[in-house]
Amino acid sequence: MAQEQSGTTQRPGSFLERLPSLSILGPLVALFLAVVFFSLQSDRFLTGQNFSLILQQISVVAVLAIGQTLIILTAGIDLSVGFVMALGTMVMAKFAVELGLPPLLAILCGIVVTTAFGFLNGFLITRFRLPPFIVTLGTMNIAFALTQIYSRAQTVSGLPDAHLFWGNTFRIGETVLTYGVVLMIVLYLLVWFFLSETAPGRHLYAVGNNPEAARLMGIPTQRVLLLTYTIAGFFYGIAGWLLISRTSVADPNAGQTENLETITAVVLGGTSLFGGRGMILGTLLGAIIVGVFRNGLTLTGVSSVYQVLITGILVILAVTADQISKRRS
Amino acid sequence: MKPNPAPSTPPHPGALPEPQPEAAPRPRVVLEARGLVKRYGHVTALDGTDFELREGEILAVIGDNGAGKSTLIKALSGAIIPDAGQIFLDGKPVHFRSPIDARRAGIETVYQDLAVAPAMTIAENLFLGREILRKGWLARLLRWIDKKRMLEEAIADMQDLKIGIRSMSQAVETLSGGQRQGVAVARAAAFAQHVVIMDEPTAALGVKEGNMVLELIRRVRDNGLPVIIISHNMPHVFEIADRIHIQRLGKRVAVVNPKTIRMSDAVAVMTGAKMPEELSPEMLAY
Repeated sequence: MAQEQSGTTQRPGSFLERLPSLSILGPLVALFLAVVFFSLQSDRFLTGQNFSLILQQISVVAVLAIGQTLIILTAGIDLSVGFVMALGTMVMAKFAVELGLPPLLAILCGIVVTTAFGFLNGFLITRFRLPPFIVTLGTMNIAFALTQIYSRAQTVSGLPDAHLFWGNTFRIGETVLTYGVVLMIVLYLLVWFFLSETAPGRHLYAVGNNPEAARLMGIPTQRVLLLTYTIAGFFYGIAGWLLISRTSVADPNAGQTENLETITAVVLGGTSLFGGRGMILGTLLGAIIVGVFRNGLTLTGVSSVYQVLITGILVILAVTADQISKRRS
Repeated sequence: MKPNPAPSTPPHPGALPEPQPEAAPRPRVVLEARGLVKRYGHVTALDGTDFELREGEILAVIGDNGAGKSTLIKALSGAIIPDAGQIFLDGKPVHFRSPIDARRAGIETVYQDLAVAPAMTIAENLFLGREILRKGWLARLLRWIDKKRMLEEAIADMQDLKIGIRSMSQAVETLSGGQRQGVAVARAAAFAQHVVIMDEPTAALGVKEGNMVLELIRRVRDNGLPVIIISHNMPHVFEIADRIHIQRLGKRVAVVNPKTIRMSDAVAVMTGAKMPEELSPEMLAY
């Protein structure tokens, strides 16, 4: 709301104008300090190989977090992320191993299932005007139950090569990278282009920032929301493929922690939970920050409980910064 | 029914003796409504109201709460569909089913809450929902926006109205209330082909910024677009309007000339303290 701001022409712009860059500056500084700290603590930290490992470790959460970012930009939230992905991996694995479908077709089926779940989320939210939090809490449980029922709580192994494709590696100098890491980076670049350079991408921001204004300006806000949740579901399918490439099995208990990890990455990356503000590359940065802390604390021999503790503190700091910057505007 | 002092016989309602002896040729009617009715349950918001906006004018619509002025404006801007009556744009009947329809027909509305996305830039807000795309089939397929051209055109649009904002790539939330209003007005003026409607354009503003916005509205008119403004602020209405449409109990009771009528008389008619018949002929706008 435009309450009493000063009427002069230049002053209000000078500080607030820099806020978007400020919101990305915070995480960058945090990352830099963490890297310096862990480099001093362990000489194994600052190596290409270790950085490649960090990227591999974050790739699944980072790709899930693309979907989460798109949804949070519309001022929504998705709690079904991890379990929908797990259901997708189960379909990919069982369709190939037990039904004997061609591997790529089985993978496609898994992606169709996660995309359908995204569509279901979007449909319930737009058609019946239900709050995203509740809808995705419901579909989270449905996806979890379906995974358990369909897999009979059994892990599926013996996956064909196509399922493991993204775990294959190649070398750049001394550093070994997986194709999965490359896929993650390519997806981020594509989504960055979509969000910042195309009209539908800008409409997504507008819907999150001021839905009523977007509607009055002729943007089909409900369709934008439905598509956003559906596309997010597609990314969960891709993330599922990455997951089974890393672990070589489909685990019915996968996806337990991913919901919060994606939200952590999004918030650390400077995207506002109130919608309409933020950037996709910030989310990648957020995921990297979490990965660096995990990796660094492990290398320096700190118990994993402290990793969880530090992640929690980081998230609360990031959300506080978000809240403060919202109040200022 | 009482005889209506502004009989609904187009094209010139309020046809009492002509106030000006030289009687210049009557300007073209741009937007016109006849006998609009809108009921909400038992409440009759519009009771057969007429309306007429002419070329090159600023027409103020005033009325007490419940007189039906916002319903009238909503009908003209497509936000509601009237139960009865007709609307004509440039003499042709139109039927708006949504604000989008009205916009396509060339009627732009500046909403009271401005309908801007505060976190987005000025240029983006000016082109929200109407982004300029790059050339070529690939760009069209991807709906790839041309940021450079949008920025250039935003600068041109703002210069047309002499709105002094340095950077079009700053977020709207960094602007003062009056500047935000400027952005919303510039957007309407840039895309309107026929009419700009403004709902309470000065309501949330201080004195200085309010005057700035009035100046802006005059420039829109002088650049060739007729303007309808709805306002509660009588001094502003009298300062800016060429004619004043007085709405009362769901009808147009008079169209008056702000140069010849006193503010107190206009308010008296608006509230029913005075009958329109009691006004002297020169107070009426022909």
